[in-house]
Amino acid sequence: MAARIQIPREARRGDVIEVRILIQHPMETGYRHDDVGRLIKRNVINALSCRYGGVEVFRADLSSGISANPYVQFYTVAEASGDLEFSWIDDEGQKGAERQSIVVKG
Amino acid sequence: MKRRDFLAGAAGALAFPGTALAQADTLDPHVRALADGAPVRKGKVTLVLPQLADNGNSVPIRITVDSPMTAADHVKSIHLYSERNPVPNMANFYLGPRAGKAEIDSRVRLAGSQRVTAVAKLSDGSFWYGSAPIVVTLSACLDES
Amino acid sequence: MTRLALAAVALAAGVALAQERPIPAADLKSGSAFLGSDLRALQNDDFANPGMLWVERGEKLWSEPAGKLACASCHKDAAVSMRGVVASYPKIDKANGKLLNLGNRINQCRTERMGAEPLRYESEELLALTAYIARQSLRLPIMASIDGAARAHFDAGRVSYHLRRGQMNLSCAHCHDAQWGKRLLSETISQGHPNAYPAYRMEWQTMGSLERRLRACLSGIRAEMLPYGSQEYLDLELYLAWRAQGLPIETPGVRR
Repeated sequence: MAARIQIPREARRGDVIEVRILIQHPMETGYRHDDVGRLIKRNVINALSCRYGGVEVFRADLSSGISANPYVQFYTVAEASGDLEFSWIDDEGQKGAERQSIVVKG
Repeated sequence: MKRRDFLAGAAGALAFPGTALAQADTLDPHVRALADGAPVRKGKVTLVLPQLADNGNSVPIRITVDSPMTAADHVKSIHLYSERNPVPNMANFYLGPRAGKAEIDSRVRLAGSQRVTAVAKLSDGSFWYGSAPIVVTLSACLDES
Repeated sequence: MTRLALAAVALAAGVALAQERPIPAADLKSGSAFLGSDLRALQNDDFANPGMLWVERGEKLWSEPAGKLACASCHKDAAVSMRGVVASYPKIDKANGKLLNLGNRINQCRTERMGAEPLRYESEELLALTAYIARQSLRLPIMASIDGAARAHFDAGRVSYHLRRGQMNLSCAHCHDAQWGKRLLSETISQGHPNAYPAYRMEWQTMGSLERRLRACLSGIRAEMLPYGSQEYLDLELYLAWRAQGLPIETPGVRR
């Protein structure tokens, strides 16, 4: 699953940094019909997690109420240089993962 | 009971003036289940939505909770509710002292004009909520492409 | 007729054509001017603009071999070779005299030069490649030619644009020439320009081509949607490009 992550390339220890993620996924609600009237099965990303230096710093339960190609922005404290690793899973069990590294000074 | 008295009584709960009866019924059970008996107080939580949605398929929201986000005093989770969507609990966000700031942005689907509510659970076990109304209209033209 | 008289007629025709512009160049406004502030901000956010997911995919596809070659094999760095390209489309293929849009050209390259299968209309790959290539013309003005062999297509496109159709018996001109800037329910009618396509449309909850948008308009006025690949869409695309001449490319657009 394609995804984009945006975090600062570097930060000072203790800075509160903005983390943005955009994932390509239809977030199919299960309430739509195809052009011959059949219900299209629900399939949404239902869980999203972010680990920083191996520790979970953010987690979200998502539902059909989140728009297609889900976008989430949150904050985390820059602690040490390392990776922010995102992982997510949808109703069909498809998993996605993406990571971005940050250099933390001080 | 006169409707006005009922509305006054329901004001303490998550009532939307003028449509209080139906909306309070659909929303309250979910929030009550979340809080499990604890009071849910209005305050600390700010929900920012446009007044008029460009398109109900994708509405930007920002939820901010007034909290120092220290180990001793922080937001544990934020729960987002729609009073009109088929799935009322739209999302839950789990934070903690490592967040630094209790603010979440996302884009949501809203099935018609309504009030959206965010409930925050704090580290001391208390619950706070904020809400915002939004007008969502149908698209001007039918699109079957 | 003397040469002077012929020149005078030609000049008059050229001037007449310029005067026929339904919206003068100075009054041209992109569709983004008719969005709410939220969607306009989303389009301008290079990270969060959902269309950028397709642009990024297009960037990957550019270098991936399809058949014997990749686009990059001949065209190298798209930022250089594709700069300004989409701004001149649709255009006449010098080799066979046919009018092509960007998607047609990509498929022509694939089948005739790369030994690959053509990409289906509205396929993820075609949307990604057209979005990526169009993005290389960001902020450049639309400048499609209606000279020579293109003229017949332009004329057909203009007829199509002014044709009443569907249950509502409306032509494109009724809304987009005569009523732009006015309200339709809670939306403001745009001038109907093609400069942001392929675009991420909220109604579709995904990326779509200009052709898909024209089909959406037809369904909106309760007219029969012509099949993908119809000549009429292509001729209309050329007319729309002429009508939007000078407007900067904004791909990927974000629209309602």
